[in-house]
Amino acid sequence: MTDWVTACKLDDIEQEGAIRFDHNSRTYAIYRGPDDSVWCTAGLCTHEAIHLADGLVMDFEVECPKHSGAFDYRTGEALRLPACENLRTYPTEIVNGEVRVALG
Amino acid sequence: MNGMVIIGAGECGTRAAFALREAGWSGPVTLIGTEPGVPYERPPLSKPRDGIVLRKPICPPEAFGNAGIHYLADCTARSLDPVTKTVTLENGEVLPYHRLLLATGATPRRLICRGGDRALNLRSHADAEAIFARALPGHPVAIIGAGLIGMELASVLIRNGAPVHVIDTAPAPLTRAVPSHFAAQLHQRHQAEGVRFHLGQGVAEIGADGVALADGTFVPADLTVAAIGVVPETGLAKAAGLATGNGILTDAELRSSAPDIFAAGDCAAAVQPDGSHLRQESWQNARTQAETAARNMLGESQPYAALPWFWSDQYDLGLQVAGQPRPEYHMVRRPLPGGELAFYLNAGQLVAAAGLGAGNSTAREVKLAEMLILAGARPDPALLADSAINLKSLLKSARAA
Ligand SMILES: Cc1cc2nc3c(=O)[nH]c(=O)nc-3n(C[C@H](O)[C@H](O)[C@H](O)COP(=O)(O)OP(=O)(O)OC[C@H]3O[C@@H](n4cnc5c(N)ncnc54)[C@H](O)[C@@H]3O)c2cc1C
Repeated sequence: MTDWVTACKLDDIEQEGAIRFDHNSRTYAIYRGPDDSVWCTAGLCTHEAIHLADGLVMDFEVECPKHSGAFDYRTGEALRLPACENLRTYPTEIVNGEVRVALG
Repeated sequence: MNGMVIIGAGECGTRAAFALREAGWSGPVTLIGTEPGVPYERPPLSKPRDGIVLRKPICPPEAFGNAGIHYLADCTARSLDPVTKTVTLENGEVLPYHRLLLATGATPRRLICRGGDRALNLRSHADAEAIFARALPGHPVAIIGAGLIGMELASVLIRNGAPVHVIDTAPAPLTRAVPSHFAAQLHQRHQAEGVRFHLGQGVAEIGADGVALADGTFVPADLTVAAIGVVPETGLAKAAGLATGNGILTDAELRSSAPDIFAAGDCAAAVQPDGSHLRQESWQNARTQAETAARNMLGESQPYAALPWFWSDQYDLGLQVAGQPRPEYHMVRRPLPGGELAFYLNAGQLVAAAGLGAGNSTAREVKLAEMLILAGARPDPALLADSAINLKSLLKSARAA
C-alpha cells in the first residue's frame, strides 16, 4: 500500500539542491532539479552510511560528500565508483507547493 | 599470454585490478597481497564507532571471481626481475608478467628509542584490533605523533573513556598536511575534550608503565601507540634496481624507471611539472592513481593530474582538504553554517581549499571549490569570502570565461 507523506515545501529545497528527510526512523534525500522537478531517494550512500543530502547536487547528479560516489537521483543509478549499488527511489508529487513522497 | 601482475592488494592494487577490466583488458590479471582475507579499506581503522573496529571490504569477495581476477591472499612477492619480466613469490613460484604494477603501499615508521618496540602501530586491521582490544576505559594511553592518524585515534580513545596523552617533537599538532588555522581549531577541540598534549618533546624511553620524555617528564600509559608517519614500501623496487627516493619514482604517467613496471598509491612518487616528485598518502590518490596506471598499462599515455584530496574525522568534525594549501598563499575565509571554508589563491588563481565543520557540512562547498580550481578560476576574493554568494554561480562564470 502506498503511503503518501508530506515531506517539506518546495521552497525548502534550493534549486539544484537536496534536503534530508527522516520518517519512521528511516532517512531519505529529496532533491530539487535545475528544472524544479522533485525527486526522492534513499538517504544514505550505498558505499558507506553517509547522508547524500550533504552532497553536491549538479544537474541531475548527487555526489556523496565523503567518497565522491555519484548517483542519478532520478533513477537512483550509481554513476561513479566507489558506489556500485543503485539507490532506491520513491515517487514524488508537488501539491500546492508541498512536496509529497510515496514511501512504501 | 603473460598477464598483468599487481603486487600489493590494498586500496590501490585492488582498484587497479578492476580498473584493468573496466578498461577492456581480457587477459590474465593476478593480484598478490601479503595480508590475509578480502582486501579492506584502511580509513575506518582509526575511526571505529563504539570501540568496534570495522573491516570494510573494498569489494565483495565474489567480485574477484566474477571479474576473472586471480587474487593471491596471504602471499608475499619476494623479488622481481625487470630483465626476465618475472616476479618470484615467497613459496618460490615464478610469475611472468606482461606489465607489472607496484602498489606496495607504506609501512609505519619505527620509533627509535629505548623500549621503542613496546609501541603499537596502526596500519593494518590486525594492528587496529590489537590497539582497541587493549584500550580500556580508565587506562591511560600515550600516542606518540600528533599527525592525522594520531589525532583521529586520540578523539576515539578519549571518547571511550581512556585518559589520552599526545606527544610530539613538533610545537603544534597536525603541522604537515592541515592548514594551520584549522589545525589550531582541532588542537583546541582536543584540549577541550581533555586530551593532554606534550609538544616540542622527544621520547627518551618507553617502559612497561609509561613514556619518559626527553625533559624528564613521565607520562603514565598502559598502552603506547606510535603514529609518527609512514615510509613507502620500496624494498622490492630498490632491490630490482628501479629508481627510488621518497617512494618509487615514476614519470607523470606512473611508469617506473624500468620498462613495463608502473607504481601507484602510497608507494609511488610521481614527477611534477616543476621536476620534483610528489608522494601522496590518501585514499583517493590510491584509487585515482590505480585507474590512471591501469589505463597506461594498457598502452594509453595519460598523465596523472588529479587534484590531491583527503579527509579526516575527529569527534563530530569533518576536515576536507583539496589541493595543497601553503602558508605563502593568500587565504580567504568563508563562514558556513556549522563550519568554515578556506580558499588559497596563488597570484590570483585559486589553487587549494579546505573545510572544517560538523560532519559533512563543508563537503559540498569543498567540492565546488575543487571544481573551481580545476576550471582555473581566478575568483574575486570578496566574492569567495561572502557566504551569500553561491559558489555554483562562480563556477558557471569561471567555466564561461
Ligand atoms: C589508520 C588509517 C587511517 C586512514 N585514514 C584516512 C582518511 O581518513 N582519509 C584518507 O584520505 N586516507 C586515509 N588513510 C590513508 C589511506 O588508507 C592510504 O593512503 C591507502 O590505503 C593507500 O593505499 P595503497 O594501496 O597505496 O597502500 P596500502 O593500503 O598500504 O596497501 C599496500 C598493500 O601491499 C601489501 N604489500 C606490500 N609489499 C608486498 C609484497 N612484497 N607482496 C605482496 N603484498 C605486499 C601490503 O601488505 C598492503 O596490504 C588512512 C590510513 C590508515 C592506516
